[in-house]
Amino acid sequence: MAQNRARPLSPHLTIWKWGANMAASIIHRVTGTGMATVGVLVLTWWLVAAATGQESYDYFLGWAKHPLGQLVLIGLSWAFFQHLGSGLRHFVLDVGAGYELNTNRFWARATFVFGVVMTAALWGYLLFVKG
Amino acid sequence: MGTGTGLGRVRGLGSARHGGAHWVLHRMTAVGNLLLLPWLLISLVRLPTYDYTTVTTWLAQPMAAVPMMLLVISVFWHFRIGLQVVIEDYVHEEGAKFASLTALTFYTLGTAAFALFAIAKIALTGTPN
Repeated sequence: MAQNRARPLSPHLTIWKWGANMAASIIHRVTGTGMATVGVLVLTWWLVAAATGQESYDYFLGWAKHPLGQLVLIGLSWAFFQHLGSGLRHFVLDVGAGYELNTNRFWARATFVFGVVMTAALWGYLLFVKG
Repeated sequence: MGTGTGLGRVRGLGSARHGGAHWVLHRMTAVGNLLLLPWLLISLVRLPTYDYTTVTTWLAQPMAAVPMMLLVISVFWHFRIGLQVVIEDYVHEEGAKFASLTALTFYTLGTAAFALFAIAKIALTGTPN
């Protein structure tokens, strides 16, 4: 199919001015893509390792407890909370609410706060309370 | 492109009128994820340890295995739709788009089959002790 290369195609990553609301939208995609690739492979590995037996499960657990593995798990949990926050925001936007400039910016910023606070709370509990 | 004209529809270049169903399914699976992922997170946090016996004993219960299977269906379906939207936004060349969407479908069904089989095996063959 013939295509006009000069025509701007979505999403216009290169021409937008950075702001909280467009950042929330882009991070929603980035976290979703990250979970769909890295997250899904880790989840599937965990389940298959548990179904295979003690030895393969222990191999998985060794990686999960390794500092690098912990970093991946912390990253995935942040991606989850961030995606959850901006996903809830999308539900509100879907019904046509929350488009007023200040409201829109406020909830876009709130998703970032939610993502970081929930990740910190989860790992604070896992590492320092539960031990 | 011929959207809306009779000739365009015959050539298949116009709207297929199926866009809305995808959009609704994306939201529906999002609600499913909203119920199932907090369940998984809370269940995992509540487990005393993460060793082989603890995890498989937990996952072998019907009240864990069935929500886990539903979670795999909801989450994997949701990411299949989401990644399709991303591909359609960034891959504009028809051949590459078809190849990417095919690879995405194989990846989704492949990982889902492994995950569901693993849960079923743990649940149906019981725990080792």
